[in-house]
Amino acid sequence: MPYIPHTAADREAMLGVIGVERIEELWREIPEDLRLKGELNLPSARDENQLFNYLLSLANQNISAAKVDWYLGAGLYDRYIPATVGALISRGEFLTAYTPYQPELSQGYLQTIYEFQSMVAELYGMDLANASMYDGSTAMAEAARMASAITGKTRVSVSEAVHPNYREVLRTYAWASDLEVETLKQEGGATVLDGASDTACIIVQYPNFFGTIENLTAARMAADSLGALLIVVADPVACALLKPPGEYGADIVVGEGQPMGVAMGFGGPLVGLFATKTEHIRRIPGRIVGLTQDAQNRPGYVMTLRTREQDIRRDKATSNICTNEALMALAATIYMTALGKNGMQSVAESSVRNTQYAIEQFRAAGFPPAFNTKVFGEVAINVGQNAATVRDRLLDQGIMAGLPLGDYYPGMENFLLAAFTENRRKEQIDRFVAALKHL
Amino acid sequence: MNIPKQLKYTKSHEWIQVDGDIATVGITDHAQSELGDIVFVELPAVGRTVNAQESVGSIESVKTVSDFYAPVAGEVVERNDALTSESELVNSDPYAGGWLIKIKMSGGTDGLLDAESYAKEIG
Repeated sequence: MPYIPHTAADREAMLGVIGVERIEELWREIPEDLRLKGELNLPSARDENQLFNYLLSLANQNISAAKVDWYLGAGLYDRYIPATVGALISRGEFLTAYTPYQPELSQGYLQTIYEFQSMVAELYGMDLANASMYDGSTAMAEAARMASAITGKTRVSVSEAVHPNYREVLRTYAWASDLEVETLKQEGGATVLDGASDTACIIVQYPNFFGTIENLTAARMAADSLGALLIVVADPVACALLKPPGEYGADIVVGEGQPMGVAMGFGGPLVGLFATKTEHIRRIPGRIVGLTQDAQNRPGYVMTLRTREQDIRRDKATSNICTNEALMALAATIYMTALGKNGMQSVAESSVRNTQYAIEQFRAAGFPPAFNTKVFGEVAINVGQNAATVRDRLLDQGIMAGLPLGDYYPGMENFLLAAFTENRRKEQIDRFVAALKHL
Repeated sequence: MNIPKQLKYTKSHEWIQVDGDIATVGITDHAQSELGDIVFVELPAVGRTVNAQESVGSIESVKTVSDFYAPVAGEVVERNDALTSESELVNSDPYAGGWLIKIKMSGGTDGLLDAESYAKEIG
């Protein structure tokens, strides 16, 4: 079955209407020597059974958290996903709905987005959150542009202890929008805040790339002294336990929502979180769903705000996002609802406990942490030799040990960034330490 | 259409009232009527230096978003913050309660239209 809706007769009829005999006549503009003669050199089609087995054999070559002990975090985390998440997001009403934003027929979807926004705002301690962004990195870059639009300044300052990939995305956005990116050094695993010049914003991560819980009081003061906004890239799970950035007076809080019910999926799809203060609502990228009343005073959810610039005044826009990550945001919504406040706190506490246990064990085995900072669920460990080699050798023993830091931070070739989520058990951590010791 | 005789106008539909070196600026009755229900007004920051004909803010209605322009050069010394919560004042009272900004003028008022010329302009 060819899966092509037009029959030969259909095509002939269409060609007849436009007065062409053969379809090749439509390709006249393409020089003769550039045209494909004959068939593409592809193997013949396989049947479904063969194809499934072939793809399965490819998939089996992947290393996943289901097969090995997983300590690789660095932005995406192996957290437990309740079965209810997969079951509900697989429903056709959600899974295959395209732009489900007409209030007349999409009350269910719109309500989930409204709940998502409310819960993200609460986790971050902010006035409001939008309907989601592509991922954490683009949310951060959009926040920097928003800060520039609010302050009228073109320099943005970002900590060296912010995820290196996020900073790369920021540089790409900055290049295209004439922003200057200033990097604030890290020292001892935390951001040095007094180096910033006159800037639109100071961007720090919480916890930062090394796991350190940054001092947001100091970051707020540094931003205030420069008339700058404070942007915090925050792990939503950590915010279930730590004082949220909003309580430190952050102006914009962004983050990656993947740890809340979204599979790591080899890097995507992800979901960006974006929250701010009410005074900046008109500058927010993306869209916001609101609760209103219909003509008969019944509650109803509608797309309340989309910054017009993004649709009709693109030359004035500070963002080009005209969408959101609805399905992944839905997964996060179900996750937050299923776990509740206590469940999320318990996930965060398990991460802290596992991480503290790991630090003690690694230290006792002669592998101290890189920095003496307070960390949340991830830590840079000095493995005493090239960390990339260590990672490769431990993988042979069924342990994905983490991220070697040398590629991102020259001089840190012997350091491995490892995350200890609630999915790890003490016996696994003991095995990791023993394996490292016996390398 | 209400076009008060004592005011000056621009082709981009702002009105201006000069008192000493302070110019009060708003949009005309014709402009608000064309825009329809106004839902948001973005005003420039106090202290901003503006050139004549420079876009200094925007007015969003249920139909569209339009920039508004400084009719004269100078410094923004005041803005109508009541519009933050009551943008509809621009519809209901364009020449008084719906004013937008006050500019301390650094130059003259060249190129502005009187009421009669503005009336002709909008036909």
